[in-house]
Amino acid sequence: MIETHIKKAIVLGSGALKIGEAGEFDYSGSQALKALKEEGVETVLINPNIATIQTSDDIADKIYFLPVTPHFVEEVIKKEKPQGILLAFGGQTALNCGVALFKSGVLEKYNVEVVGTPVQSIIDTEDRDIFAKMLGEIGVKTPKSIAAATMAEAKAAAKEVGFPIIIRAAYTLGGLGSGFCENEEELEKLAGSAFSYSPQILVEESIKGWKEVEYEVVRDKYDNCITVCNMENFDPLGIHTGESIVVAPSQTLSNSEYHKLRAISIKIIRRVGVVGECNVQFALDPYSEDYRVIEVNARLSRSSALASKATGYPLAFVAAKLGLGYGLHQLKNSVTKVTTAAFEPALDYCVVKIPRWDLSKFVGVSKNIGSSMKSVGEIMAIGRTFEEAIQKGIRMVGLGMHGFVGNREEINIPEIEEELTNPTDRRIFAIAEAFNKGFSIDEIHDKTKIDRWFLQKLNNIYKIKLELLTINTLEELPLPLLKASKQAGYSDFQIARLVLNSKNVNMNDDILKVRAFRKANGIVPVVKQIDTLAGEYPAQTNYLYLTYNGTENDVHYLGDHRSVMVLGSGAYRIGSSVEFDWCSVNTINTIKEQGYRSVMINYNPETVSTDYDTCDRLYFDELTFERVMDVYDLENPHGVVVSMGGQIPNNLAMKLHGQNVPVLGTSPVKIDNAEDREKFSSLLDTLNVDQPRWARLSTIEEIHKFVDTVGYPVLIRPSYVLSGAAMNVVSNPDQLEHFLEMAANVSKEHPVVVTEFIENAKEIEIDAVANNGEMIAYAISEHVEFAGVHSGDATIVFPPQKLYVETIRRIKKIARQIAKGLEITGPFNMQFLAKDNDIKVIECNLRASRSFPFVSKVMKLNLIEIATKVMLGIDVPKPDKSLFELDYVGVKAPQFSFARLLKADPVLGVDMSSTGEVGCIGESYYEAILKAMFSVGYTYPKKNILISSGPSRGKVELLNSARLLVEKGYNIFATEGTHKFFRDNGVENTLIYWPDEEGQSPNTLDMIREKQIDLVINIPKNHTQRELKNGYTIRRSSIDYNIPLITNARVASAFLSGICKYTLEDIKVKSWDEYK
Amino acid sequence: MFKVKQAKLTLEDGTVFIGKSFGSEKAVAGEVVFYTAMTGYPESLTDPSYTGQILVSTYPMIGNYGVPVGNKENGIHKHYESHKLHITGLIISDYSFEFSHWNAEKSLSDWLKEYEVPGLFDIDTRALTKILREKGSMLGKIEFEEEIDFYDPNKENLVAIASCTEREVYGDGEHKVVLIDCGVKNNIIRCLLNRNTTVIRVPWDYDFRSEEFDGLFISNGPGDPAMCDATVEHIKTVIGDEKPIMGICLGNQLLARAAGADTYKLKYGHRSHNQPVLLEGTNKCYITSQNHGFAVQTESLPSDWEPLFTNVNDNTNEGIRHKTKPFFSTQFHPEASSGPTDTEFLFDEFIKNIVESKK
Repeated sequence: MIETHIKKAIVLGSGALKIGEAGEFDYSGSQALKALKEEGVETVLINPNIATIQTSDDIADKIYFLPVTPHFVEEVIKKEKPQGILLAFGGQTALNCGVALFKSGVLEKYNVEVVGTPVQSIIDTEDRDIFAKMLGEIGVKTPKSIAAATMAEAKAAAKEVGFPIIIRAAYTLGGLGSGFCENEEELEKLAGSAFSYSPQILVEESIKGWKEVEYEVVRDKYDNCITVCNMENFDPLGIHTGESIVVAPSQTLSNSEYHKLRAISIKIIRRVGVVGECNVQFALDPYSEDYRVIEVNARLSRSSALASKATGYPLAFVAAKLGLGYGLHQLKNSVTKVTTAAFEPALDYCVVKIPRWDLSKFVGVSKNIGSSMKSVGEIMAIGRTFEEAIQKGIRMVGLGMHGFVGNREEINIPEIEEELTNPTDRRIFAIAEAFNKGFSIDEIHDKTKIDRWFLQKLNNIYKIKLELLTINTLEELPLPLLKASKQAGYSDFQIARLVLNSKNVNMNDDILKVRAFRKANGIVPVVKQIDTLAGEYPAQTNYLYLTYNGTENDVHYLGDHRSVMVLGSGAYRIGSSVEFDWCSVNTINTIKEQGYRSVMINYNPETVSTDYDTCDRLYFDELTFERVMDVYDLENPHGVVVSMGGQIPNNLAMKLHGQNVPVLGTSPVKIDNAEDREKFSSLLDTLNVDQPRWARLSTIEEIHKFVDTVGYPVLIRPSYVLSGAAMNVVSNPDQLEHFLEMAANVSKEHPVVVTEFIENAKEIEIDAVANNGEMIAYAISEHVEFAGVHSGDATIVFPPQKLYVETIRRIKKIARQIAKGLEITGPFNMQFLAKDNDIKVIECNLRASRSFPFVSKVMKLNLIEIATKVMLGIDVPKPDKSLFELDYVGVKAPQFSFARLLKADPVLGVDMSSTGEVGCIGESYYEAILKAMFSVGYTYPKKNILISSGPSRGKVELLNSARLLVEKGYNIFATEGTHKFFRDNGVENTLIYWPDEEGQSPNTLDMIREKQIDLVINIPKNHTQRELKNGYTIRRSSIDYNIPLITNARVASAFLSGICKYTLEDIKVKSWDEYK
Repeated sequence: MFKVKQAKLTLEDGTVFIGKSFGSEKAVAGEVVFYTAMTGYPESLTDPSYTGQILVSTYPMIGNYGVPVGNKENGIHKHYESHKLHITGLIISDYSFEFSHWNAEKSLSDWLKEYEVPGLFDIDTRALTKILREKGSMLGKIEFEEEIDFYDPNKENLVAIASCTEREVYGDGEHKVVLIDCGVKNNIIRCLLNRNTTVIRVPWDYDFRSEEFDGLFISNGPGDPAMCDATVEHIKTVIGDEKPIMGICLGNQLLARAAGADTYKLKYGHRSHNQPVLLEGTNKCYITSQNHGFAVQTESLPSDWEPLFTNVNDNTNEGIRHKTKPFFSTQFHPEASSGPTDTEFLFDEFIKNIVESKK
């Protein structure tokens, strides 16, 4: 241990997951906390993200579920009196908060030292001008950029920079007035229009199409530096690295290029003065060794998490130790345990990172990928050929693709050329389609600027496909070709489709045929270790992957049935996020405690579950049936857990069961009974449990007939999702017609499920654990919003504050009946509607749900631990905790990332659109709701609040809180209907005109643009086109001008009441353990 | 892609690996060694230190960026470490039949064929590396149809094979440096020429005592340092004097032997770009490029010598220096190529010593 005067340190987390700031900071924060703990430093964590591993009681000594904002962090500093604070482990959120505390003198005032990189270094790298100047001084090149205020200045600047150039209009949103110019003529035209938007433009040299390469650099206080990893973007410059496919290590760089950029990275980290870790991004000319430094992040980043997983080097852990004063050479390499941390990992495999987009979840958003990040998660695939890694990766992304080729249909892209030049989230498949259409590698390269090497490798995959297509039976399939296919990452599914021409109905059987044929001929994958030094020294590592490019397993298997496999949750996506990682990790921990060896399969580099020291064996590999069976064949485990990783493993339950795999907990047959609507319905009928009326319909006539019976509104869920025709609520015949037009494909093969939609109903959830059909632990929570908002987007209160005792009793009863009916052993979650005295079941999942970490932590009763134990066959006494005993309230609130999704309508519906969540605890409902909402970016409005309250029940809902606001001295600006309603009810307010009432003042749009509004409440109303358009404009502008927006009347009412009842000072700063 | 010739690699312990040929189809035998660098195959393949060796790349994908153009600058190849391929054979996992780089002129496959070097791919190089690591050095042979015998290159004086045969002069800088070529890498010459020197390159056994020079440089090279007695004898005479000396790799071992210390064969040789070395008496740690199977026995250093660098991983010697005179050498490669360039400043130290000694 090192001598340090830091006895207690605060670590800032990154809050809710959002686009650009996801679970990677759970990983880096957890590592930092472990490192501090090992050094005997008492740790205090501030992070409202309750679903993370780092906010678990065994990771940090004290946890505050509070907003990571200067006010709250200062309050915690006052209370905890730490000597140190760590800013580098919680993303931009933590960094910005730390910089603010530094600038306002708070850190100095309380004598708190920043552990690691000095704040001034961080500030220097964040300011573009200072940064460029600083690098210029040490002879390091950055892109040339000159500001111009007149056309003459612009021309002179262009001359100096040299064509091609990029013009950027300063102070505009969404790239208005920006673009590329090849020559002076184009410059005149573009600059002319840019000056009409903005008094100043930036003339920058264009390096679009250059290679993009990143280095992860580490420095200690002795000035020793290493680069842990370099990574090369598959997509050239112009596409954000978070949107790009990334390969590690670089593949197309010569030794001299690699080490030139490496040496520059080290030069930069020394100049900046980082102690810990930083990331340097380069543009590299594809035709020379010329380069530019694009960006430096003086903190742990998404790339550093990826680099850690790609190499096995625990960057965040080491960075924290260096911050405390260690030298690199004084730390051990925690993989080999014999060599030191002062080394640069040597890989004997390659990794491919692919982003996961969920753009189809949003209305109005552009699918083009470019300089801003839109992806919500990522995967990492490991292979010993690029072909193997990329095909694995495409499957891991989880959007229904089976690899580079052999998908359901080679997607029809009429304008491949357009897609190649202006890429969308489907670019990789456009390349596959281009090969089909006979494009040459050079032609594709010309359009995409993707290095030919990557295209050659993709072409290898395509060539194998052509070979496979010439063969029609397995018996005719030459073994060398089969082997080559597997070495190039082909799945059994792809082979079945290309060779056997398998139809979907036969697919499961055909995959098994391919598998049997393969195994009979000895074509099976081998297991390789990731040991950080390519086998140079022996290493005891449990970090594994599977490959067909090898002949020997690195691991010896005992076959003693004492291991338990846990299937993880895959890429973060909308609907499945860090909460399932928490569940998986807690399952692993319990498995270990019970004396079994824990085996994890997962491939999300942004998680704690894929830290090799979390489990006894980590297979960083696919969660496909094929790969899980491969691991199963090797491990021969006691059992497999499919209920902790969300829907991906849950969907494998039946298939694994079919192969006699011991699935632990509830029988897969019963899981199927719950998943299958018809089977589940008939169970509910037998149990006499009510549910909303629904039907599966395959003709338009049937739909009309059903709607006539149940009445509007109805919820429509097509089984075959066409663009724009996803799940939707339909309120009138016009909307129904419109929907049916879009979903033209209603048929026997693609039926539509129509469900009665109950308005103004409360939504209630139960998270529970049962053992042999008996419910032994449960948590009931209520939504603030009425049903109709997806449960992942809902604001959830636990324990429920506004439910009748009778309602709770009936919900418990139904849950018990279901547990019994489905013979549940393990976790399950149900959702209910409650209206008047009716309770209806709307959903039932025989797996852990999104809210398990939230209720477990609020209740201080780990439901996952209990669930895991019962699945292992250990009897767990019924916990005597009752939710009525809690003297405090937990509120879970969603985090949206609309600001990143240009043009998307920030409105909530039946499909989920939030990217993350927070959970906070308060002594009262309002205190908890305020903490939670402040944690996702809401603030006390200063003065002016815009209310556009939508339908009449929204108006009624908001009336009381509006009255409170006026009493508190706030100014209310209201649109026409709201204005009249409030005025008629004696609430003073100012009329404000709709966006399209141009010339009428005050106009909503003007006030938003001028930032005269501090909070916007806009409740959508689906009536006329005009109302829709005006509503959209208000909502979107609020997002674009960074004004807090609430679109649900019940949430708005709760929040407004909260801010009127509580001042910032009333909000208690209490750690988790202080709530007893 | 599927129509390639099979070939086998047989190790002296009897292990056989079947691979596919992408180089010359000539049977060869030699010592099988691995290296873990992820870049720089053109540099490694032309590194004379690999003379007599069948090289195994642990990095699986090789050939990606082809082979750089073979033009010369200042009398030496601009992008290669010598004038030809020195390896006996190349073993990899995945070969890129097509390549992509602005500076490439041919494929690795063509290059191997040009120099009659066999290359095999589709071999489990990790499994192979684990065998080599445990057994230390191991003989091996690559065979197509005909069978050949094993051959132990270490029984020969490899330095004599790798060294130049005639004295050659490069550059016209101020400082005259005699460079003993035991199988020198071009980048050592480049690093010297970049520092205002005239480099007088002489064969390994050349008696340079008649040369007029300001400093002596002892190069890297293949094989066992105990084979180079002639060189050691020559170095001994310079040690008696005050002229600055710098040595690299084999040069470190030869300088140590000239000083009276011993060298020995390592259990785990160092063949990678990621070796940490600590500058004695400081907390300065450098990442270095290394390629050696022998090392200097630190304890055997005479009292007027001391260790200069030590490997942080296995505590083996990584350099020595004289306590009073301007003599030093490193076991690692400050000239890199391939590998990290963090210790290139040692060439500056050498030149500084020359400048000092001239005063």
